Amino acid sequence: MRLKKGIPVIDQGNKFGFWGGKFGGNFVPETLKRPIEDLEIQFNKLKNDKKFIFERDKYFKNWIGTPTRFIKLHNLTKHVNGAQIWSKVVSDANGGAHKIYNATVHCLLARRSGKKVIIGDTGAGYAGKMLSMAAKKFGLKCKIFMGAKDIERQQPNVRAMKKNGADVIPVYSGSQTLVDAVSECMRYWVANCDTTAMCVGSTVGPAIFVRICGWSTSQISRELKVQLIEKFGTVPKKLKLYNCVGGGSSSFGFWNEFMDYDKKQVEFIGVEAGGPAKSKKHAAPLTYGSKIGILHGAAQYVNQNSDGQIEETESISAGLDYPGISPLHCFLKDTKRARYTAASDEEALKAYQIVTKYENLRPSLEPSHAFSVALKEAKKLSKDTIVVINSCGDAYKDKKILEKKLGKKYVKSN
Amino acid sequence: MLNPISQAFKKSKKENRPALLTYTVAGDSSKNQSLEILKSVSKHADILEVGVPHNTPVADGGQIQTSSYRAIKNGIKMNDIFKIVKDFKISKYSKPIILMGYYNMIYQFGENKFLKECKKSGVNGLIVVDLPWPENKIFSKKCKKSSINFIQLLSPTTSYKRLKSITKDSHDMIYYISMLSTTGGKLKVSPKKILQNYNKIKNISPKKNCVIGFGITEKTISKFKSADGLVVGSQICKEITRSLNNRQNPVINVSKMVNKLKKKIS
Ligand SMILES: Cc1ncc(COP(=O)(O)O)c(C=O)c1O
Repeated sequence: MRLKKGIPVIDQGNKFGFWGGKFGGNFVPETLKRPIEDLEIQFNKLKNDKKFIFERDKYFKNWIGTPTRFIKLHNLTKHVNGAQIWSKVVSDANGGAHKIYNATVHCLLARRSGKKVIIGDTGAGYAGKMLSMAAKKFGLKCKIFMGAKDIERQQPNVRAMKKNGADVIPVYSGSQTLVDAVSECMRYWVANCDTTAMCVGSTVGPAIFVRICGWSTSQISRELKVQLIEKFGTVPKKLKLYNCVGGGSSSFGFWNEFMDYDKKQVEFIGVEAGGPAKSKKHAAPLTYGSKIGILHGAAQYVNQNSDGQIEETESISAGLDYPGISPLHCFLKDTKRARYTAASDEEALKAYQIVTKYENLRPSLEPSHAFSVALKEAKKLSKDTIVVINSCGDAYKDKKILEKKLGKKYVKSN
Repeated sequence: MLNPISQAFKKSKKENRPALLTYTVAGDSSKNQSLEILKSVSKHADILEVGVPHNTPVADGGQIQTSSYRAIKNGIKMNDIFKIVKDFKISKYSKPIILMGYYNMIYQFGENKFLKECKKSGVNGLIVVDLPWPENKIFSKKCKKSSINFIQLLSPTTSYKRLKSITKDSHDMIYYISMLSTTGGKLKVSPKKILQNYNKIKNISPKKNCVIGFGITEKTISKFKSADGLVVGSQICKEITRSLNNRQNPVINVSKMVNKLKKKIS
């Protein structure tokens, strides 16, 4: 299995949509073949269309707000006393997370194809919140599928979705989390694909959704590359990019522009959710060696039992609480371009405390996983190593969980 | 010699009616009960579809999901499913069996091993919901080699060109999904329109046995008498749920229901 240079990773799948010949694909009911093919044709044309790119960039700049900040965390750097600690504050983006890029692009595509309704899944509620924002902006009706457990634990984002006029549809099947929300959303699309567009909230699902999402979030690394060159005059000799990985959209977007660099120069570290330290359940299929299986239309490493039933996950972070992982990351793992590891619930909470103690930054529980690993590893790294953590979400949505786990004093009010 | 599935169609054609296909989930609500249901249903139905329960189904509606979760919760495993089929096949009630499920279950079991077990237990056909054409070409060839019918699905969204290619690659039986819906949806398209599409398929491929499924219930079944075969699934699963909730015997109730269905198309 080889990663090719000079070709965007999203375009490195074979004619059936398999990366490395085995990750991804289109394991979908016959009914979805046609709408998926329509979307493929539309996207393949538009992704190289100057007018469409101009339109995308206009909304990214004026509405989402680009670029998001790239800042040095001076106090943490001092505290760690190793590598330099920097952060790309993607939570600056309109709505407070990277999910806005994919949501915006999907709404632009839906509007062009004349669809009036757009549906989407959500776990942490960001993908849903952003889709509801974009749908409102572009005049589409919006339905969001969300596990009942996640509705309960991510109320601020649920309120935001409703305020934007979206229907939030609770999903009670299975573990009542993201995996079930995606299933339910796909089922709804099967029944309504003639009138309705679907947005998958991460780089997962049938191959075209993986590609559109990766293409959209790559804005993050396009900005970062410019910002690095502004600060350092060049892409640093020792650069390490840490990102949490749920489905894998923020991490893929954070890395994409640097794909062709030697990994000795630009290393990618993906941090999965290890779950509670005491629990066997986790959401870290790459770290804990899960087998390849099919989930939501794509072949990927996925937590499952020997029969092929998808296993329940557990994580304090709703956004990472997913048993599978993007085919793109399976590909990056097996080609050894990226390295994957996990942080437990407790480690993420601890990292949150450290970051908020030293810096005026408040990463949500998802990026706190990445901070945990980055801060530990940075201690042992040289002073000329540049560690960058994608702070891809804001902890406002996690207020309830943080108060419960850490007490009120740790939770700065908004 | 005709394979058992084609034989079943031949028999129903002789009787001037569509074949009746039922769908129940293996292990719902227990291994033994699902076997008993198959036995009692086989008195009235011509071909039995047996669902392989999966916990992240992308095309099943509420009723079948409920049945599947019930079966999984009761601990059903792939090997139990083959055992149920085998026990059914050696009983005096034997009828053709089609396993229906999602590809991950086959993939984890191993395609070759899966087909071997299918043969050993007496499975006659396979429907894999999320393995569409052309991705299914290799697997469907393997099925053919094992004398197992790989049943291609067609839907209202399937283009004419695709219809032609898929039917060409299909075995003796094909399955037309009546409308854009998960299983168990209300019939939202007129029977006339559905039969128009069905006839389009029959014109392309008159010799293949084409069944219609999704939205077929006691209420709607008599409107489709001209089809080669009709599949009823969700209504049966719902009846199992209803019986369990009312502390009645699902075996008796389901059998009664299938008997009624049969009468409506005879
Ligand atoms: C803030 C944040 N980070 C990360 C994720 C994980 O998703 P992904 O790996 O696709 O970025 C989510 C998902 O909801 C999220 O809300």
